[in-house]
Amino acid sequence: MERSQPRRQVAAMKQSLFDQGLLDEQFIQLEELSDDANPNFVEEIVTLYYRDSSRLISSIEQALKERHPLDFNKLDTLMHQFKGSSSSIGAKKVKAECTLFREYCRTGNAEGCMKTFQQLKKEYASLRKKLEAYFQLARQTGPMETACRPK
Amino acid sequence: MASAANVFIHRLPEVSAHELHVLAVDDSHVDRKVIERLLKISSCKVTVVDSGTRALQYLGLDGGEENSSIDFDSMKVNLIMTDYSMPGMTGFELLKKIKQESSIFREIPVVVMSSENILTRIDR
Repeated sequence: MERSQPRRQVAAMKQSLFDQGLLDEQFIQLEELSDDANPNFVEEIVTLYYRDSSRLISSIEQALKERHPLDFNKLDTLMHQFKGSSSSIGAKKVKAECTLFREYCRTGNAEGCMKTFQQLKKEYASLRKKLEAYFQLARQTGPMETACRPK
Repeated sequence: MASAANVFIHRLPEVSAHELHVLAVDDSHVDRKVIERLLKISSCKVTVVDSGTRALQYLGLDGGEENSSIDFDSMKVNLIMTDYSMPGMTGFELLKKIKQESSIFREIPVVVMSSENILTRIDR
């Protein structure tokens, strides 16, 4: 059937995101919450995530500028929120960077925080770009029958 | 909290005659959306609020006058699910406030969920 080629592409793209360690099982759990009445549920959630993330990244950036000394408690609280929402959409690598950042907060390591934050922003930007491409292709292809678990 | 909620909700018993009315509390917009969907798919009636304060307001426990005149049945909450770490009032503080009530409110099961796996971070 003509539909099968784009469908395979979407599935392959998704598989790749999992293979790269960018997404975890939680993403599949979200897909399982979609149905005919709510076919774009995952994309809606991820769009909310982008909004929350932009806000949190700005706040963390601002807090990191207020040095001498850094307010590690505040940074940890902000990062806890970011970690939470990243976890909720299955953003595996981003979540790992959040965990690392919080460790540096716990030990009061300012340089560790700065470095990790830079890495986190990179991971986030990369994930966002790939997810945007994925959803765009998925929308063009039309709805999948069921959420498919990658191998 | 959304991933913790997944595990819990899959264990909810099938509800047939009456829909379970769940009050979900979470400061994260993402998590509120996910948990609302999860509960609706599980055939629950859902009310989501973004803070402990709003939860108490919804229940009529926000220190206002006696709400004995309300037809409580229409709002009757069977279960409260709350995130632990929220600004203002934590989920645990919310639980304590509800349990302090000498009324049907203290009978409502309250589930506090946390994404923390480092126990010392969860103040007792």
